[in-house]
Amino acid sequence: MAVTGADAPRRSRSIISGGRHFADNAFIGITGAAALVVLLIIVGLFYELISRSWSSIEANGLNFLFGTNWNPSQGQFGAGVFIVGTAITSISALVLATLVAVFVALFLVEIAPSWLARPIGYMVELLAAIPSVVYGLWGIYVLGPFLVTFVGPAITNTLGAVIPFFDGTPRVTGLLPAIVVLTIMIVPTIMAISRDVIGAVPGSQREGILALGATRWEMIKIAVLPYARSGVIGGAILGLARAVGETLAVTLVIGNRASMPDSIFAPTYTMASVIANQFQEADGETHRAALLEVALVLLAMTFLINVVARLLVWRVTNGQRAVVVE
Amino acid sequence: MNEAARRPIFRRRKMVNMIMTGVMGAAAVIAVIPLVLIVFYVLWNGFGSLSLSLLIEDPNSPGRPGGGVRNALTGSAIMVGLGVAIGAPIAIGCGVFLAEYGQNRLGTVLRFLVDVLAGMPSITIGLFMYALVVLPNKQFMAIAGALALAIILLPIVARITEEMLLLVPRGLREAAYALGAPRWRTVIRIVLPTALPGIVTGLMLALSRIAGEAAPLLFTSLGNQFTSTDLLRPIDALPSRIYSYASGPFDYWHEQAWAMSLLLVLFILVVSLGVRAIAGSKVTVRQ
Repeated sequence: MAVTGADAPRRSRSIISGGRHFADNAFIGITGAAALVVLLIIVGLFYELISRSWSSIEANGLNFLFGTNWNPSQGQFGAGVFIVGTAITSISALVLATLVAVFVALFLVEIAPSWLARPIGYMVELLAAIPSVVYGLWGIYVLGPFLVTFVGPAITNTLGAVIPFFDGTPRVTGLLPAIVVLTIMIVPTIMAISRDVIGAVPGSQREGILALGATRWEMIKIAVLPYARSGVIGGAILGLARAVGETLAVTLVIGNRASMPDSIFAPTYTMASVIANQFQEADGETHRAALLEVALVLLAMTFLINVVARLLVWRVTNGQRAVVVE
Repeated sequence: MNEAARRPIFRRRKMVNMIMTGVMGAAAVIAVIPLVLIVFYVLWNGFGSLSLSLLIEDPNSPGRPGGGVRNALTGSAIMVGLGVAIGAPIAIGCGVFLAEYGQNRLGTVLRFLVDVLAGMPSITIGLFMYALVVLPNKQFMAIAGALALAIILLPIVARITEEMLLLVPRGLREAAYALGAPRWRTVIRIVLPTALPGIVTGLMLALSRIAGEAAPLLFTSLGNQFTSTDLLRPIDALPSRIYSYASGPFDYWHEQAWAMSLLLVLFILVVSLGVRAIAGSKVTVRQ
């Protein structure tokens, strides 16, 4: 029998009324079926994408992952540019967002009094609720022009003089606005999880080191951050998964050109944005199958990232949650 | 002040402490700035372009200024409503199973899968529905979009339901058992009603999330120039119309995109503030 746990009714109760056993089992069956739907969806997702892109997988082979020529009208399908575009934008966003988010989380847990921490935490979380398209709209018409006039020249004059990748003509759409928009979008994810795991660090940990005469920053550095580290990393990886899968905001600001970016201002594609941009107007079955294969690669990538992140976050918060519940 | 406190190393440590405190405070300010800017621009540009005709007229033919987005408003309402209607029962069932029968290995695996599903890119879920519904029927349709939205809603509501059920005091269950109620009856009549406010707030948050999703709709419900209520035909939606107007060539499209964004953001702010007021800080939606 699947009923377990300390508060499960005793089996002998079914002697008092025989029908209960059946009703209880039916209840398990119905709710269990609902839970199995989740498994079916995940399996179905992979199955459908694999079977619908099979012709492309067969035709392009490994060249699909490593080739950088994407020319549907010529029958060339190398998705390397999109994979590189996704990697550059999401990893840059991850680094920038983690820096900001962890400091914000520390500020909220360790420094700010609750009358300040609560509204700030709430405002940052609200950022997560704003739809992706609204970020995109704001990205093209507000952020893009701002980056062109103010940030672009600053980058070319300083970093650009040393590293060629940071040189070039600033544009409204391209890598840089995509990175900035993604950074803004994943800060709340990383902040919320970091705040939870930092909050879960036992007070005795802090008191111990303070009693030894540490300053507050030394306490954070020595006693808090190492303890919360794997949880914070998990949160950051969840942010990465979000950045990798983010579609419309990026599609609107990245410039959409299937060429390897030679500068931080160059237009390019991510995996999600090439699907959003080309799928509706795909010319023919092979193009469509190739785009579905891009989706498959994207799905596999986010799946792996998610699994790693969840395992890390669970390792830290699971034990603590059980304590709260019991 | 004693002798130790005057040593340079002590001063340096205090200095580092002050600098890092400043850095942390600055990070908080930096993180809040984008929200303020986005909300400001959406309000500023949105209110400038908001009009009654936007709400009650269908779009003009492209390039002819004026017209409205009634098609998108009704389409979004239909698909979001349908998405909640389809997704919520499954999600709540799933949450009940995880909370009641999931304190074991099977539950751990299922919980993990729910979390993984929550992290999957919404555009791949749209393509899944495209492959499952649109391709076999050779027809873009509203129901495919609604199903995609239901899948996005499912993991969010399932996890919130589970957590809300686990918060129900144990004494309540024990009282029901003591009166001779079987377990299913205890869950339906005692536990679920007690957790209902929490579940409803979770539903509201998930609803505001799917109301803003455009990526899963691009290849399922497609879009429609006219107001439609036919579930087996293409239908329009607010976020996907914002997307096409934002990337389109006409100034009045951009203005209408801002106005639509305003409607969407106001809806989400109202829902989220309302939820805050009801539930305190217990429930938050995370992507």
